[in-house]
Amino acid sequence: MEWFDLTVVTGSLPEFWRGLWMTLHLTAIALVVGFGFAVPLSIARLSKNPWVSAPVRAYTYFFRGTPMLVQLLLIYYGVGQSEWMQGMWEAGNPFWLLFRDAYFCALLAFTLNTCAYQLEMFAGAIRNTPHGEVEAATAMGMTRSTALRRIILPSALRRALPPLSNEVILMLQGSAIASAVTLVDLTGAARNVYSRHYAPFEAFIFAGLLYLAVTFVLVGLFRVAENRWLAHLQPRRSASAQKD
Amino acid sequence: MKKALLLSALLALSSVGVSAKEWKEIRMASEGAYPPFNEVSADGALKGFDIDIGNALCAEMKAKCTWVKQEWDGMIPALMARKFDAIVASMSITAERKAKVDFTHKYYASPVVLIAKDGSPLRPELASLQGKKIAVQRGTVSDNFATKYWDGKGVEVVRYGKQDEAYLDLKSGRVDASFVDYWEAYAGFLTKPEGSGYAVAGDQYFGKNAEERAVIGEGIGIAIRKKDKELKEQLNKALDAVRANGSYDEIRKKYFPMDIYGQ
Repeated sequence: MEWFDLTVVTGSLPEFWRGLWMTLHLTAIALVVGFGFAVPLSIARLSKNPWVSAPVRAYTYFFRGTPMLVQLLLIYYGVGQSEWMQGMWEAGNPFWLLFRDAYFCALLAFTLNTCAYQLEMFAGAIRNTPHGEVEAATAMGMTRSTALRRIILPSALRRALPPLSNEVILMLQGSAIASAVTLVDLTGAARNVYSRHYAPFEAFIFAGLLYLAVTFVLVGLFRVAENRWLAHLQPRRSASAQKD
Repeated sequence: MKKALLLSALLALSSVGVSAKEWKEIRMASEGAYPPFNEVSADGALKGFDIDIGNALCAEMKAKCTWVKQEWDGMIPALMARKFDAIVASMSITAERKAKVDFTHKYYASPVVLIAKDGSPLRPELASLQGKKIAVQRGTVSDNFATKYWDGKGVEVVRYGKQDEAYLDLKSGRVDASFVDYWEAYAGFLTKPEGSGYAVAGDQYFGKNAEERAVIGEGIGIAIRKKDKELKEQLNKALDAVRANGSYDEIRKKYFPMDIYGQ
């Protein structure tokens, strides 16, 4: 295989593993923190009080309406150019110093982005809760918040699983832009290997295979989760069909 | 010998469709992000020292030249993929690149330097850079040098897609210094308002032994595919001619007050 020099890959394996690890924890932390904020914000998004719902709508409008790369560059290079911010860095302000760190900037951009998408997904699922479920909860004498906690949210989050699996995979692939702000994630490692050996096939095919493998695992995990939590919405299996 | 010549002529004929004897149409590539050597003008066309030199060579060779804009880190692969025929993009002649492509003679000399805040005690030496973050442009000579001699030895090498981004982070304080080609720093930063308060830390660095010089390079040349021997000869001849007839110096004066060709 003249076009594929395996030694380029084997010679750079540690760099690829470090890049993969960076991709994995960057994506995972952004998804989990984003989820944590998305659930309460999705309820705020559906609030009848415009003072509560409008800011959330503006937030999702901006973060779903602009490319994540633009958001990342704004947070990393944009913020870093402000003299006020540079003054804060020199003064050693621990909060603003976070923005000096490329990892924090990427994490912030990814979290804000995925939170906006997850939030809209959950809001949609809540909106589509069957009326019967809500009525039954009211008939049982549940208050609005109890019904939300016990009935509406669990039901909506389950139904949001399939779109959530898409979002998780898109985030994994989207995290490739971390290399634009000096982070050596899987794509960054591939770029380094590529520019060192002028070997685009080797570097990017191997990185692509690693992304593919991780995606495969994620798809599998979501399938397990859907079988567990969405079983009640699946078509009946043949075992029950035989009973009829 | 004759056989080899015939073979290369046949190869050139079959694959490029250009006469093996003389190139009359040459597609030249530059990056457009390395002022004043190559940059993009307001109307989107390439301009700069590299482009002027390339055009002067073409005029000398009486060849028709077209320019292609190409990102730096895909430059050599694109040359190999025949997207264009020559790289005139301030590319250093290094041993590593010579394994993949051929170079003409140098058309200017190029030391590397460390850029830091004016008065910084830093020097381009391993001992002086302990615990520091050094910004480099990915895939450049300074990247190769820093990766080989500094990275992981107490120095953190931070790689950027473009040198402009490295300057941004140098100014914002995210990195302590940038290790960069001297001319790039001179024209793209130090002599500009953005670069005020910054200077070369230590001396211009040419490499202290043959091994280091092989990494830093023997100057800046035009890269061509290895099989295009005739093109290389043609370019070298034209280069000697423009050096001798003064058109090289005329172009150089447009951009630099001092000699940049070196010895």
